[in-house]
Amino acid sequence: MNKHFFSDMGVMLGRSMRHIFRSLDTIITVTIMPIAFMLLFVYVFGGAIQTGTDNYVNYLLPGILLIAIASGIAYTAYRLFMDMQRGIFERFHSMPIARSIVLWGHVLTSLVSNAISVVVIILVALIMGFRSPAGVLSWLAVAGILALFTLALTWIAAIAGLSATSVDGAGAFSYPIIFLPFISSAFVPTRSMPPVVRAFAENQPVTSIVEAIRALLSNQPVGNELWVALAWCVGITLVAYLFAMKVYKKRV
Amino acid sequence: MQNQAIQVKGLQKSYTKIHVLKGVDFEVEKGCIFALLGSNGAGKTTIIKILTTLLKQDSGTATINGFDVATKPDDVRQSISLTGQFAAVDEILTGRENLVMIARLRHLKNTRQVADNLLDRFGLTEAADRRVSTYSGGMRRRLDIAMSLVGKPQLIFLDEPTTGLDPEGRIEVWKTVKELANGGTTVFLTTQYLEEAEQLADQIAILHEGKIIANGTLAELKKLFPPAKVEYVEKQPTLEEIFLAIIGKKAEKAQ
Repeated sequence: MNKHFFSDMGVMLGRSMRHIFRSLDTIITVTIMPIAFMLLFVYVFGGAIQTGTDNYVNYLLPGILLIAIASGIAYTAYRLFMDMQRGIFERFHSMPIARSIVLWGHVLTSLVSNAISVVVIILVALIMGFRSPAGVLSWLAVAGILALFTLALTWIAAIAGLSATSVDGAGAFSYPIIFLPFISSAFVPTRSMPPVVRAFAENQPVTSIVEAIRALLSNQPVGNELWVALAWCVGITLVAYLFAMKVYKKRV
Repeated sequence: MQNQAIQVKGLQKSYTKIHVLKGVDFEVEKGCIFALLGSNGAGKTTIIKILTTLLKQDSGTATINGFDVATKPDDVRQSISLTGQFAAVDEILTGRENLVMIARLRHLKNTRQVADNLLDRFGLTEAADRRVSTYSGGMRRRLDIAMSLVGKPQLIFLDEPTTGLDPEGRIEVWKTVKELANGGTTVFLTTQYLEEAEQLADQIAILHEGKIIANGTLAELKKLFPPAKVEYVEKQPTLEEIFLAIIGKKAEKAQ
């Protein structure tokens, strides 16, 4: 690792952040879409959904945040794919900078841009009546879980972006991930689901992540969910990272 | 100090099914323009990729300014710059942002000044704050080459720099390449246009079926063929000459 590693990564971050802020499409998908979902669920479906809580925005928010992150990382895959297609990767790789900078720049961009959309969505939720008694430590824990979740999905996105052969392919992997929160306890409690669906919903990563965040934000005891959620995030990150690095080394 | 910018010996490279390079040897002197000629798929890009540390050869050696590309890639990358076959520019950034980005990655001081100088030199000052996606092919290529000059590398690789450009754009690039060489930079370029090699190169090598089959100055290559016969032929202008005369650019055709 050379002494310019972090400043070079800063240059890469600046570059991709400009891409994001100059692309209306990205901004709409990663923030306005989840907000639209939130409005739809709270003001249209919400009245008919029985969650056993008096504030549905509080119940819903963790799931919405995960959907926002899942749609955000589709763009990470897209940006990576576009860089591979154009000559810019070759330019960077023939320059005296650490090669992994290019990839890490995209990973860092993913973390920063998703953090921004998460903050924007939480602000909108506050206007819609979201309230949390959680203290600073709980909020930090929530931020940590969301960052880990982003990191896990980012490395999956890296695999997709590096190995895709078309633009559509680069983004397609994210649809099942965006869909996962719907088959979890993110919008409705799992007890209302038929047994097979319920079994899936209760044992997939999103449910434990949603439950952990929900418990932290409502000052309830977190219990096992937190550890299950962390195990999923760390496990997926590790496996996806190793696989993505393997693909990356093969491609460059 | 040695006089060779590039030394290549016995270079071999195979992809899964094709044996692209079957023992390539050549040397390039410092400060000259070297043109590698060859048809599509001859392996020109493969050679460039090996020399710019993007690809590893199967066997043989290649050194850039005395540094082996396989064992000292970091030293090689310090002294080279690559302008690949596809314009390696960031379309979403402006021309100036592209140059500043490269200057920052090369850890230069006064990155803004470096960018402004290059924009001026390549006639891109007016377009400096426009996104590259609005540039013409020729402007994009000029910016691409300008980005390769950030930090004044001693050796620059241009992979088919004029492919896909209109005649005007091509002449702009030729002018730039000549200026580069006049400034002491070694230029390694690949092309499939014979005229381009004839116009620009001090040294021409022809890559055919995985080997260099001819290598020398234009005058030396001409000697390989039967002596010129003197014939009286009415000289018709080429379409290119007509085109350039009409659009008034002929005067700019570089020497």
